[in-house]
Amino acid sequence: MGHRSETIRHRGLTSVSGHLAERNNIARRHSGTVVRQGLLGLLLVVACCGLAQGQTSQPSDTSAVTNPIIAQLPAPNPPTHVRGSDAPNDNGGAIVVAWDKSPDDGAGINNVASYLILRGPAPSGPFDTVGAAAAGQTSFTDATVHEGESYFYIVSSVTLAPVPGGAPQPIYTQSDPSPSVQGRAQWFHMGRLNALIAVIILCSAILYFINAARSGKPVYIRKIGGLEAVDEAVGRATEMGKKIFYIPGTQDMDEVQTLAGITILGRVAKIAADYEARLEVPVSRSLVMVTCREVVKEAYLKAGRPDAYREENIYYLTDDQFGFAAGIDGLVMRDKPATMFYMGAFYAESLILAETGNSIGAIQIAGTAMPAQLPFFVAACDYTLIGEELFAASAYLSKEPKLLGSLKGQDVGKGIILATIIIGIIVTSIGALSLKTNDPARLGQYNIGRLFEVQ
Amino acid sequence: MRREIPTFIALFVGVICIVQFFIPHRPFGTLVDTFSDWFGILQAFAIWLGALNLLRVSLERSVAKKSHDRWYGIVVILAFLLITITGLFFSGGRGFQLAGTRFDYLYVNIYTPLSSTMFAILAFFVASASYRAFRARSWEATLLLLAAFLVMLGRVPVGDTLTGFFPDGYRLSDVASWIMTYPQVAGQRAIMIGIALGVASASLRLILGLERSYLGGE
Repeated sequence: MGHRSETIRHRGLTSVSGHLAERNNIARRHSGTVVRQGLLGLLLVVACCGLAQGQTSQPSDTSAVTNPIIAQLPAPNPPTHVRGSDAPNDNGGAIVVAWDKSPDDGAGINNVASYLILRGPAPSGPFDTVGAAAAGQTSFTDATVHEGESYFYIVSSVTLAPVPGGAPQPIYTQSDPSPSVQGRAQWFHMGRLNALIAVIILCSAILYFINAARSGKPVYIRKIGGLEAVDEAVGRATEMGKKIFYIPGTQDMDEVQTLAGITILGRVAKIAADYEARLEVPVSRSLVMVTCREVVKEAYLKAGRPDAYREENIYYLTDDQFGFAAGIDGLVMRDKPATMFYMGAFYAESLILAETGNSIGAIQIAGTAMPAQLPFFVAACDYTLIGEELFAASAYLSKEPKLLGSLKGQDVGKGIILATIIIGIIVTSIGALSLKTNDPARLGQYNIGRLFEVQ
Repeated sequence: MRREIPTFIALFVGVICIVQFFIPHRPFGTLVDTFSDWFGILQAFAIWLGALNLLRVSLERSVAKKSHDRWYGIVVILAFLLITITGLFFSGGRGFQLAGTRFDYLYVNIYTPLSSTMFAILAFFVASASYRAFRARSWEATLLLLAAFLVMLGRVPVGDTLTGFFPDGYRLSDVASWIMTYPQVAGQRAIMIGIALGVASASLRLILGLERSYLGGE
C-alpha cells in the first residue's frame, strides 16, 4: 500500500491533483492527494454517497490549490488489495473491481464518505474515473470495458472536509493500482442453465405431442367459452346488419400477443366472410395494419369471397395510446358495432375501449396476456380469454392436430411446474415444522404454529 | 417462395434470439441488437404507410357528403397538417422538440391536455366497471365483492378505526394486506405461469413454421 500522487484525469474533464503532503499522527497514515474542487466537485462527492454502483461521477475543477484548513484534517486511509476480475456470464464488456475497505470506513477515524473507481491502461496511468461506490461497499462492476483489453484499477477513498463558511471539500486518497485484468466473453451463461433445462423439457414435450397428434392420436382440449362464442358473435352482427370491430392490441409486430391476435383475426375474418358480415380493423401500428390486411385478404380468399374484401376496412388511426382510444371510442359511438373483439396487448386504454363497447350493448370478446388489464376486460366484456387462452385460440379454432398437440405439450409443462410447486410447498412445510420453538420453556419441542407464521 | 422465405427468416431470427439468451459471446449477443435496429428502421419507414393511410381514409370521409364522420375527417386532416407543417418549417429545424418552439407549444397546450383528458376518463370507467363486477350474482362474484370490500376499506384509515378493538395483526388493514399478499399474488402468479407457457408454446409454433397465419395463410 503506498502513497500515490500521479495526475488523475477524470472522465470528460481535466483533472489533476495537487497533493497534500501532510501526514498526521494516525498510524499507517499516508499523505493523500488533495484536490481542491469547485461546486461540481462537491456535488460529485455528495452524489457518490448516494449513487448506486455503476454510475459515473465527474469531478470538475482542476486547480491544485491546497486549502490550509483542509490540510489540517486527516485524510482517510485508502482501500487495500484492489483487484479486478472478469465479470461472469457476459460478453466480455464488464470487469468486477473489488477491494478491502479502508481502515477508516466504519472504523478508525470513520471519515470515508465514498469510493471513486478509476481505470487506466497502465499502472502509471493516466486514470479515468469510471464510477463511484458508497462507503461500506467493496465492489463495483465496470461495464464500459472492451473485451480483450488490459486495464488497471485504482480505488480512492473520499472524505468531505468541512470548510468554515464554505462548502465542504473532498479529499481523495488513492490505493495502489490493481494487477492487470481483461474482460472475456463467455460461451455459456451458467446462471441460465436452469432456464435451458426448462426450455429443453418444455420444447421436447411440445414437439412430442405435436408428432403424436400428427400420427392421429386424439387430443382433448377443454372448451373455451370465449372462443365458442366467436361464431355467435359474428352471426349476431350479421343478423343485426352492423359492423364487427376487431382490435389486435396496441403494440407492434415484435409483441407475441399481437401475433396471437392477428392469428385469431384470420379465423374471425373467415367466419365474417362466410356470414357476409362487415369487419373493420382499426390498428395503432403501421406494420400491424399491413399484416392484418394480408391476413384478412387471405381469409376472404379462402372463404371464396375475395370480392367482399375491402382494404380500407383495415386502417391505421394513430400510434398514440390515448389518441387511439379516443379514435376507437368515437367510431364505436357513431357506428355502434354489434360485436367487438380485443385480442392482443393492451395497457390503460383497455377499460376505456371495453366500457365504451359495453355502453352501446355490443357483444365483446377480449383476450390478453397483460395481467393488469385482465380484471378490466373481465368486468366489461362478455367473454375474456385469460392469458394462455389467447395463445391457444388459433389452435382451438383451427382444430389442426399439429397445433392442438402443442397445447397438450404446454399442459405437460404446466403439470411439471405444478408438481414442482407442490414439492416446494411440502419441503418448505417440513422445514418450517422442523424448526424448534424459541420459547425457553418448551425448548427442543417442535412448533407447528410456525407453519402459519409469516416469514 | 412467398411463404418459405418469411418462414425461414422467422426461424433464423427466432433461433438466434433464443441462443443469445444462453450464449453471451459474440456474435450472438450483438446480433439481437442488430435485429432490433433493423426492426426500428422498418418501423420508421412503415410510419409513412400509416400516416398516408390515415390521410387517405380521412380524406375519403371528408368528401363523402353523407358520411356522419365527415367533420371528424376534416379535423384529422387539419390537425395533421398543422402539427406537421409547424414542426417541419416553423420550429427551428432539428430542434423542433425543444421547449419554447411552436411545435412544443402545440404539444404542451393541445396534445397533452387532450391525452390527459382521455386518461382521466378512466376513473369514471373504473367506477362503472366495478359496479358491474361487484354485483353478487353468483358465489364467485360474492367472494370477489367481499374481498374488494375488505381491501378497499382496509386501505383507508377508517378501516382500522372501525376495527380498532381487534388485536394487532387482525385489523382491516392487516386483512387487506393479507388478501393482497397471498390469495391475490397466488392467483396472479398462476396466470403468469400460464402466460409464460403460452408464450413459449406460441413462439415455438411460430419459429418452427407450424403457425403461419400471420403471413397471410393458414
